Amino acid sequence: MRLNCPHCGPRDRREFYYYGSADYLNRPAADAALQAWDDYLHNRDNPAGVTQDLWYHEQGCTAWLKVKRNTVTHEILSVEPVAGGAA
Amino acid sequence: MPDLIAKPALGRAPMTMAATTLAEAAWTRITSIAPFPGQAGSISAALAPLDLSFPPANRFVQSAFGRIAWSGREQAFLFGPEAPPNLAAAVTDQSDAWVMLDLTGPQAQAVLARLVPLDLRAATPGMAFRTALNHMPLLVMVDHAQVFRLLTFRSMARTAWHELQDALSGIDARLGLKA
Repeated sequence: MRLNCPHCGPRDRREFYYYGSADYLNRPAADAALQAWDDYLHNRDNPAGVTQDLWYHEQGCTAWLKVKRNTVTHEILSVEPVAGGAA
Repeated sequence: MPDLIAKPALGRAPMTMAATTLAEAAWTRITSIAPFPGQAGSISAALAPLDLSFPPANRFVQSAFGRIAWSGREQAFLFGPEAPPNLAAAVTDQSDAWVMLDLTGPQAQAVLARLVPLDLRAATPGMAFRTALNHMPLLVMVDHAQVFRLLTFRSMARTAWHELQDALSGIDARLGLKA
């Protein structure tokens, strides 16, 4: 498996660290309902198909990346830097 | 202030197998320059007197004064000269944090193919990659198709040397079989 890092180019999976669902990017407001916090912390979809998750390019540019991939075909659909474009 | 003694990370003699040499590079000042958001352009302007500019991803820039290599997102390592003063960047001295090894010769690429998860066959001089040497962080600079400069954490210097020596002796043995 390879991820096409927007800074470094195509790189081997060994350079990356998997963090979890991209839901972590949508942090509820501090005063949000308990249900929103429960969803944010614990409840995840487990789709057969397109999913989005966060990867850290640990042995590379050290950028956090949002990866869209297909869990059925293993196709990587997009890789975007979480913090924006600059290399 | 106590007197500090400059010591090499390894202090070992170069090692040659299969016409390929592994050697510890001479000590050089290393300064990390991490521009504040949007300031890469002003860093390039400040580096102009050194004939250097802030490098794009996966590249280094070389001049008669020194070298600056991309070392991560919005970060570059300056080798040799002192960083210009008052840069709009986070500037830290990294000189004693890294070990620099030179791998030179016809088997250099084959050695790295055993250890680095990156295809260096397509790499051209002037390229610099942040990647891994087995499990260790690595900055590899391509000086020439057969000349690679490798940087890893100084605390891992002996392990890095061991891994490279192992790979090189494996290749040496394989070449011996064919002969």
